[in-house]
Amino acid sequence: MELDLMKAKEFYHKMLLIRRFEERCVELYSNQKIRGFLHLYIGEEAIAVALMDALTKEDAVLATYREHGYALARGVSCESIMAEMFGKVEGCSRGRGGSMHLFDASARFYGGSAIVAGALPLAVGMALADKMQKRNRVTVCVFGDGAVAEGEFHESLNLAALWKLPVLFVCENNLYAMGTALKYTESETEIYKKAASYKISSKQIDGMSVIEVAKAAKRAVEDIKDGNGPVFLECLTYRFRAHSMFDAELYREKAEVIEWKKKDPLLVFENRLKEIGLWSEVDATAIEDAIKTAIDKAVEFAENGTLEALEDLEKFVYSEVSHG
Amino acid sequence: MDNTTTYREAVREAIRKAMTENESVFLMGEDVGHYGGCYAVSMGLLDEFGAQRIIDTPLSESSFTGAGIGAALNGMRPIVEIMTVNFSLLALDQIMNNAATLLHMSGGQLNVPLVIRMATGGGKQLAAQHSHSLEGWFAHIPGLKVLTPATVQDAYDMVGLALADPDPVLIFENALLYNSKGSIDTQGTPVPIGKALIHKAGKDISIFTYGISLFKALEAAEALAKDGIDVEVIDLRSLRPLDDETVMNSVKKTHKVIIVDEGWKSGSISAEIMARINEQAFYELDAPMARVCTVEVPLPYAKHLEDAALPQPQKIVDTARTMMGK
Ligand SMILES: Cc1ncc(C[n+]2csc(CCOP(=O)(O)OP(=O)(O)O)c2C)c(N)n1
Ligand SMILES: [Mg+2]
Repeated sequence: MELDLMKAKEFYHKMLLIRRFEERCVELYSNQKIRGFLHLYIGEEAIAVALMDALTKEDAVLATYREHGYALARGVSCESIMAEMFGKVEGCSRGRGGSMHLFDASARFYGGSAIVAGALPLAVGMALADKMQKRNRVTVCVFGDGAVAEGEFHESLNLAALWKLPVLFVCENNLYAMGTALKYTESETEIYKKAASYKISSKQIDGMSVIEVAKAAKRAVEDIKDGNGPVFLECLTYRFRAHSMFDAELYREKAEVIEWKKKDPLLVFENRLKEIGLWSEVDATAIEDAIKTAIDKAVEFAENGTLEALEDLEKFVYSEVSHG
Repeated sequence: MDNTTTYREAVREAIRKAMTENESVFLMGEDVGHYGGCYAVSMGLLDEFGAQRIIDTPLSESSFTGAGIGAALNGMRPIVEIMTVNFSLLALDQIMNNAATLLHMSGGQLNVPLVIRMATGGGKQLAAQHSHSLEGWFAHIPGLKVLTPATVQDAYDMVGLALADPDPVLIFENALLYNSKGSIDTQGTPVPIGKALIHKAGKDISIFTYGISLFKALEAAEALAKDGIDVEVIDLRSLRPLDDETVMNSVKKTHKVIIVDEGWKSGSISAEIMARINEQAFYELDAPMARVCTVEVPLPYAKHLEDAALPQPQKIVDTARTMMGK
């Protein structure tokens, strides 16, 4: 993969946007503007940014409740995501979904799913539809290491492999499912091997390196679009923050967190750019400023948003169809 | 009496007591060990009892619930914790097709002494995959018992009652109640499964409810008292078996009925209670029965919408006033 200055700037910008956006979310959560569960992606930004880079507008994305990064990287507007978390009509799910359920059909962003492994079968079905319609598209489905233990994970991998479907499965292995370490829950902790057992082309990669994920994602999408069936990527990563907003983090050592923070995707990328002599041209200050302006604008937009009228509470339980 | 024990501590104390007294009792579920429990119910138990008896499971609801059934068949007394009722749907097959049926299918040979605990309920802005109250659904199933502790005492007692039962018992703990405080009597005789409790006696209207809605009903009762409306508030405690006797006795006294339930109305436990009153005490009624339930939508995230969707004390007050023509 060619890393030119434009791409370098774009990757850095998007990763930093996710980081700053979520840092602001934490403040807003403390101020009770954002409520419910809030799962932060901080530390894992490289994966979403690199994966979304490999897709075209026609491809589809399904993510988990830890999906702000995906929505942002996919191009869902900062404003509509923030407004969603404020519970406003201008939000990308009209305030019905909140942080865990960001949706944007126009971006082919299918959420925002909060039942672990619940999106894998949907991804299989979306890919099946593409195959039946002879459309050359990819469906990307992202999930955590915890999802691997669910039956739906195994059933979906089997179906996708059996039917040679155009799905890119991406496991974000951050070593923990809530407070339970992978080593306590899996007899085989090398997750990509499970996918391999279903005869899916699978690989374990460094999820802290945006360049490495981008390379692997590009290859995977090409392979899938060549009609070779599903691909599985296991991205090794780490969440720097608590599982959600309430979590005493009794289950992991501070030292482990510190060790992983040395692999901060922003830092890793900055160092790489320095090595290849691009960093000085990236103009990080200008990017930082632009991001601040964008987030300020998003917060203002969300503040000024409107609350859905109570009369409309029962909307969207069924589709509005005319029987005339 | 000191009122310093939380609902959470009451459940934990009951588990601790059971595990201390009976070697075959063990707890398993997601994050019950190292994390200390999603709602911190099992905090500290891993240190106390070890990883053999406080078992962190993978995210495999169907399999570990099924494993609980298997262990129960084979001499153990498992307590399976499912984080919330929403995830119990992944284990529904095991609960319905195995736990609830084995005794009958085997012609009475195989009973399943299994306890399944889970959190339930809305009101925390967790949206449509984390907020529902599906305990009424489980009450549809013969072979299961469904308990809904509202008070700190019941949070404590019901663990013991469930473990003493030879058949599968499901306990639904409303997540908003974990921090509520009260006192527990650890020496008394618990009110048995299948017995409802009159929390406030009254003569004008009977309110039948359970779980967190009990407190909403009691709050409404206080407001109504100021209007001179004297309601009777009954905590059903157990949705299966239902205490028909206490329900009908109350109907005979007040002749008016309101049911408060965080479930939806259609095909629900509130509908079941109405049907039973219709069957058993129709001529006692002075007015059509009424329900305060969750509006028939998946629960939305936005606070004002969620509040409007859930039963609230004010809605109970309004319903009671209308019923009394005030
Ligand atoms: C079926 C199901 N069971 C349990 C939960 C509760 N829960 C939410 S997130 C989570 C941990 C998931 O971990 P992982 O898949 O590794 O993703 P991560 O949070 O680490 O990104 C759990 C247990 C759930 N949402 N769905
Ligand atoms: Mg994880």
